[in-house]
Amino acid sequence: MMNEVIRSIRKSILTMMHYSKSSHIGACFSVVEILYTLYFDILNIDPNNPKKPYRDIFILSKAHASAALYATLAYRGLFPLEWLDRYYIDDGILPGHLDMNAAPGIECSAGSLGHGLSIGLGMSIARTMRKELGRVYVLLGDGECNEGSVWEAIMLASTLKIKNLTAIVDYNHLQGMGREVINQTNLSERFKAFGWNSVDVDGHDLDALKQVLSAISPESPSAIIAHTIKGKGVSFMEDRLEWHYKSPNDEEFVAALTELERAQ
Amino acid sequence: MRTTFINTLIERARIDNRIFLLTPDLGFSVFEKFIELYPDRYLNIGIAEQNAIGIAAGLALSGYKVYVYSIIPFLTMRCFEQVRIDVAYMNLDVKLIGVGSGYSYGPAGATHHAIEDISIMRSLPNMAVCCPGDPLEAKQLIEQSFSLPGPMYIRLGKNNEPFIHAKDDLVKFGEASILKRGSDFALITTGNMLEQGKNWIDNWISEGYDPEFISMHTIKPIDEKSVLSIIERGLNIITLEEHSVIGGLGSAVSDIVAAAGSSCKVAKVGIPDIFSHYVGSQEAHRKHYGLASRPDLHVLGILS
Repeated sequence: MMNEVIRSIRKSILTMMHYSKSSHIGACFSVVEILYTLYFDILNIDPNNPKKPYRDIFILSKAHASAALYATLAYRGLFPLEWLDRYYIDDGILPGHLDMNAAPGIECSAGSLGHGLSIGLGMSIARTMRKELGRVYVLLGDGECNEGSVWEAIMLASTLKIKNLTAIVDYNHLQGMGREVINQTNLSERFKAFGWNSVDVDGHDLDALKQVLSAISPESPSAIIAHTIKGKGVSFMEDRLEWHYKSPNDEEFVAALTELERAQ
Repeated sequence: MRTTFINTLIERARIDNRIFLLTPDLGFSVFEKFIELYPDRYLNIGIAEQNAIGIAAGLALSGYKVYVYSIIPFLTMRCFEQVRIDVAYMNLDVKLIGVGSGYSYGPAGATHHAIEDISIMRSLPNMAVCCPGDPLEAKQLIEQSFSLPGPMYIRLGKNNEPFIHAKDDLVKFGEASILKRGSDFALITTGNMLEQGKNWIDNWISEGYDPEFISMHTIKPIDEKSVLSIIERGLNIITLEEHSVIGGLGSAVSDIVAAAGSSCKVAKVGIPDIFSHYVGSQEAHRKHYGLASRPDLHVLGILS
């Protein structure tokens, strides 16, 4: 059975991309189940007190999927659903990439790839040094892992034996100009070689996601390689590079909406 | 100034447990005492400046006041986009402490020269830029940084610079230090040119001139009033900095003069727009690139 919140999140993303004529719908659809599982099952947060001390932190490092985060935050109650009508437009509220001042629940500004894991690691170090509760989750793109700074953070996190940090890689195989422009095979093995615990998971399977996100390595930082399909949920967008860029025209919008509404 | 920085930080860390010191693997023989006293507020990130700035941002988002220390080009340029987004855009309490201003690392070669840093750092919104010229300015500006919440870049020289200020001088962030009032022309220096500026001033005085002498230790926000006061008195200005003539003190002062619609002349003495391929000490570099010799006021057209 289709989860109704997930259906709504995808419909909101589609609508936002359509009215704003913006890009990255494929990257957004890729991470919907991951964001849903985090915000509805895993993260210790309080929508009524977004700055609650000792909360869990989520950083969307692949911030071009911002619309997916906005929709998830809105459905989780961090801000009104109407704000989703003001994405990427003149005098809008929600920018194409993340501005932490834009809305409650955005923990970190982002938009240039390769920044988020270092910032998340800094937060993990702060919590470790002060012996505080609260786990830090960072969602990266597989293309983002081309950035050397990502590996700087990966190396240091295991050196410091950081335990309160989880990196999730949205492994959909497509990046800006094609399929695995930089070879990304054995991503899990790469994390393990750098001293992380790493597991692979179907990034659209809610039960599997919940399970791996709940099971935390007690010894080391945790990586989750989420195998995903870019554009997931709309057949003509799935695994198609052009939906990194295109925004749906009126006909495509109606066709996609119909498909999302009919999905079982 | 390096020693001044660490001693001032150690003093403050005793009463402020938010102070956190990060280094991308530089500071041998500088940080030992800090590490011994506050091991849980110090981290060597390894040779990874991008990661260092990102971690600084994460620590600052978690309530720490973070000081990141390195050699200037690696601190400001290797990780410039992390500085821009993670620190400046998010307006976080991260202080970047750079050592080796200008040609401080002269014979090490151009990779280690810091000649463009003021220009790029002062162009970042939210970023304050300070270039202390002696240990007194360094100490007081670092002390004031403890109560300034936003991003700040502090450009230090090396070590063992002489005191130019009188011992009881008060230095204020954002306010030029007027070391001498004068009526013929004004010399404005920043950072580690303060000592040489003092020598020039002494020489001009002995030749019978009455120059004004200003230390512009804060480049951003720059003290416009001090420059406007010079303009109003009809004086021409010489700026002196161990930095490219593009985008540094001279440019900042020129902007004020231009905006005021003044006919005041600004003669910029600084590093020409070239990478050094010359091998030699800081002093030799200054001579080689024309920063060391006191300019002829007539040639500069400064005496109106």
